[in-house]
Amino acid sequence: MIDASVTVAGIAKVFSRRAIFRGISFSLKGGDSLAITGRNGSGKSTLVKILCGVLTPTEGTVQYTLAGRNVPIDVAKDQLGLVSPYLQLYDEFSGLENLELLSRIRSNNFPIDERATDALNLVGLWDRRKDMVRTYSSGMKQRLKYAFALLHRPAVLILDEPTSNLDAEGVDVVKRVVEAQKSSGIVIVATNDALEARWCAEELHLGDQPQTAMKR
Amino acid sequence: MSALSSTYALIRKDIQSELRTRYALNALLMFVVTTVATILFALRSDQPTPTVLSGMYWVVIFFTAMSGLSRIFVSEEERGTTMTLQLVASPSVVYFGKLLFNVVLTLSLTVAVTLLYMIVFSTSFTIQTPSIFIVTVLLGSLGFASAATIIAAIVAKANTRGTLYPVLSFPVLIVLLMTVMAATAKALDGEPFEAALGDFQILLGYILAMTGGSYLLFDYVWKD
Repeated sequence: MIDASVTVAGIAKVFSRRAIFRGISFSLKGGDSLAITGRNGSGKSTLVKILCGVLTPTEGTVQYTLAGRNVPIDVAKDQLGLVSPYLQLYDEFSGLENLELLSRIRSNNFPIDERATDALNLVGLWDRRKDMVRTYSSGMKQRLKYAFALLHRPAVLILDEPTSNLDAEGVDVVKRVVEAQKSSGIVIVATNDALEARWCAEELHLGDQPQTAMKR
Repeated sequence: MSALSSTYALIRKDIQSELRTRYALNALLMFVVTTVATILFALRSDQPTPTVLSGMYWVVIFFTAMSGLSRIFVSEEERGTTMTLQLVASPSVVYFGKLLFNVVLTLSLTVAVTLLYMIVFSTSFTIQTPSIFIVTVLLGSLGFASAATIIAAIVAKANTRGTLYPVLSFPVLIVLLMTVMAATAKALDGEPFEAALGDFQILLGYILAMTGGSYLLFDYVWKD
């Protein structure tokens, strides 16, 4: 896994003159884990989208460093894995096809079959790999999102509401994924669940001032 | 090379997806058949002039394209897969992937309309200068697709998608429509290839300006 770090400096997001949050700063490197907590509407998912580069902050910067070099967010995306309720996969393709198609669009240069097999086995979807995603239950779709997020072995794993729709076995899989990621990469978990927040060594509670990550 | 392979993978994904869901294909086919049949019933035994026929030919293509080409981004937005694409591909890959898919779709549409026209209006729709017609159809399809792609990207982010698309498209496409109608009339009239060179220059300029402008604008439309 590539050595990565992320530095967030004074970011703010304003929608229609209403500031969702202001002055958020933190820095994470390999082995770090951060829980983003806060009440509903505090901007957890907005912050996640900014970290993934799909939303632009109104103020401040998000700087990714890969293998010691500062890189733009479009380059850093290749080292990001995201699981979130608003991320959807293609219903008209099978689970395996989704992984193959998205990996090819991402231009990943690893053996897709091998990685897809590993990822689908990890999340327990290997037996249903050829079924269309439209036939999956919500929990299975959530598992497939994990397979998609982990397929390219990202240096930064971002989980928004990580265990939504998952059964006990699925939650165990997520815990194992988080622990494995923490050994060398970065994990960011956005959650309202105190137990999930405890998986991480640092916590950023949105709504507090100043908004910086605090060690537990 | 990776941008090229990503773009190719995206087009392949869209074609496979279209063949499975028929998001745009069914709408396009139904529209073509319905409008050509309506024109046929309206004309009955009248023999329209080449100018009128070429006008109607492009009107069919315009409205059919408007009913189908917007799906390319609207379907991603409706299914919630926009963010997935944003994560795996750069804005330029998405723009050119969607543009080329729309080019393929528009070309297939013009071929279908042309064949139908040649069958239905076999006596009056005779292409006397095929070279003008072929170049016009190729450049017209590229122009339609380049305008339709960026408008589709804008409309996909709006709340009133259905009505907004043709309303936004018409002023943007009016120059293209007038030029392709004039060039098609020349092909039906049997004028020499040189007579349509001016039209082709306008079409090329339109395509370059529209594609260049769209490429620069797309990043802002796609992200927020």
